[in-house]
Amino acid sequence: MAEIKIKSVAKRFGKVEALKSIDLTIADQEFLVLLGASGCGKTTLLRIVAGLETASEGEIWIGDKRVDQLPPRDRGIAMVFQNYAVFPHLTVFENIAFGLRMAKVDQATIEKRVSKTAELMHIEALLKRYSGQLSGGQRQRVAVARALAMEPEVLLMDEPLSNLDALLRMEMRAELKSVLAESKTTTIYVTHDQVEAMSMADRIAIMNKGEIVQASDAVDIYRNPAHRFVGSFIGNPPMNFLPAKPRSEDTWSVAGVKLSGPNHNAAASASSVEFAIRPEDLIPVSEASEDAFTAQVRVIEPLGSHVLASCMVDDQLFRVVVDSDKSLQQGDTLYVKPMYDRMRWFDSSTERSL
Amino acid sequence: MYPRSLPYLLLLPSLALLAVLFLYPFVLVAWQAISDDGGQFTTAHFSEMLGHWKFGTAFTNTLLLTLAVVPIQIALALYMASLVTGMSRGRDAFLYIWTIPLGISDLAAGIIWLSIFEQTGFLNTFMVGLGFSEQPETFLGYQNKGTIFLAIALAEIWRATAIVLVILVAGMGLIPKEYKEAAEVFGASRWQQFTKVTLPLLKPSLQTAMILRVILAFEVFAVVAALGGTNMPILMGEVYNWQFVLRDANVAAAFALVILGISILCTLIIMWFLRTPKGATL
Ligand SMILES: Nc1ncnc2c1ncn2[C@@H]1O[C@H](COP(=O)(O)OP(=O)(O)O)[C@@H](O)[C@H]1O
Ligand SMILES: [Mg+2]
Repeated sequence: MAEIKIKSVAKRFGKVEALKSIDLTIADQEFLVLLGASGCGKTTLLRIVAGLETASEGEIWIGDKRVDQLPPRDRGIAMVFQNYAVFPHLTVFENIAFGLRMAKVDQATIEKRVSKTAELMHIEALLKRYSGQLSGGQRQRVAVARALAMEPEVLLMDEPLSNLDALLRMEMRAELKSVLAESKTTTIYVTHDQVEAMSMADRIAIMNKGEIVQASDAVDIYRNPAHRFVGSFIGNPPMNFLPAKPRSEDTWSVAGVKLSGPNHNAAASASSVEFAIRPEDLIPVSEASEDAFTAQVRVIEPLGSHVLASCMVDDQLFRVVVDSDKSLQQGDTLYVKPMYDRMRWFDSSTERSL
Repeated sequence: MYPRSLPYLLLLPSLALLAVLFLYPFVLVAWQAISDDGGQFTTAHFSEMLGHWKFGTAFTNTLLLTLAVVPIQIALALYMASLVTGMSRGRDAFLYIWTIPLGISDLAAGIIWLSIFEQTGFLNTFMVGLGFSEQPETFLGYQNKGTIFLAIALAEIWRATAIVLVILVAGMGLIPKEYKEAAEVFGASRWQQFTKVTLPLLKPSLQTAMILRVILAFEVFAVVAALGGTNMPILMGEVYNWQFVLRDANVAAAFALVILGISILCTLIIMWFLRTPKGATL
């Protein structure tokens, strides 16, 4: 049993507030991905869970034990470091075996585990080499193998595939996922790559400026962003946002289009409200109407299966994904109707969804 | 881009100077040790050196002193360097204080310790004053070879540990802290972090420090002269003795070659033991 509880954890480096009161529970054997832009505090949070950094406030629990005061080696964790930290004075074999040797595991088991994990990470041919003779991507795979070989209760990974080329990364992603699904490991996986996050996670926790703004499964995060940041960060291209003006009790005017939205009273505290829609949740219609946006096409990007059109609506950037059968040209005017069940609304002062 | 030969050209003057001021006298000394007045090759000077009753003692004393002093210096410096490296503040102040003995000449260091161990020295005054002993002891008398040895070792450790410390602190500063963290996460105790990670990664600095210290230990002279006088013969003392007291430059040269020989041998041994496999450097 290795449930991880992060309770009101905050971290300050001098005046820099790296983490602001993080609360997160990772269930036993869950695969949680921490997703966020670079500098938002992912590594800091992971290092606090590992015990390499002390929180300024808050508690960390692993299993039924509060571990704040325990050194890293008593926390039952293994970790993949963002900068690999593959020991330069040891061969790849000895690097992978390091944790097992510290745990006084017998030689036969060590050899078995090392060759198993090395094979998994496609580095079995490198076992006799030193880290100085490896490329960045190979070093990174050694770091992952070293952690996997421990078969730990808790596995912490900090951007473990960031330095691999696209094809290998996709393969490793699948292998890691299947290995960890078979094991009883609870995993926190840090990445800034949303495709990686979506494809691997049981649950994604999205971080922004030292806070977790939403923690949910991939589809929910994509469909129902709890925070404006999530909508603007997730999805390629991300959501479109347009300011909304109140019209009657539960109808709003968005760029001249009348749309039914949240009740005014519910949104009373909201000084202003923003309407949001994903680019693929817009349906082109043939002519102007009261319930369709008028979009001036600025840039066309044919992407094979579909075409991404960057347009202007009311002088705001507005992206539309249309079928590649539709012939579009720069300067065209496009009329698009939002899919009503896919419309989202945000309070622009709190940035929370309404 | 400058031409590839430029560094070599720029180093040439220093090389020339080295040849004139070091290599040439060295060849002269070496020749002096193995030739007679007529310019013929001879082993007579070496035989005379080996046959002299003080050679064996001087040789053993020099080796024993090195064996006693250098390991303690390395261990102490390692310990202090770990402490200094772990400090977040005030490390510079500590380093400055610890390196003060480096600014004192070895003769001065010998005299300082002499003033402690002498019959009328600080230690005796202290002991008698506090009533630990009835009357002053002659710590450094000829019948107390052990104490003399101990006093010399202490003085050397006090005087020259700082240079090892400086080298090791610089070396430890080059080791990124992520390796220690990785070791910690993967279950290494503090001692294991030190022996399995810090020490192997410190090999290049350790090598430099050990070679430097061993060579200097074979050349120890002034401290021994001050504390031991004629009671503790050592190789360098014999070079001096033969050159300036017995006025036999040939035997003095033979002694000098012996010091050179063991220095080279020890350097090679240290380099071999602390070698780093290809690709295994930081
Ligand atoms: N040791 C440190 N000292 C001072 N500031 C730090 C330190 N470590 C991280 N920070 C700051 O904390 C913030 C979060 O950093 P980090 O956790 O590394 O972000 P991420 O891993 O998400 O890119 C950054 O603004 C960074 O500059
Ligand atoms: Mg990071």
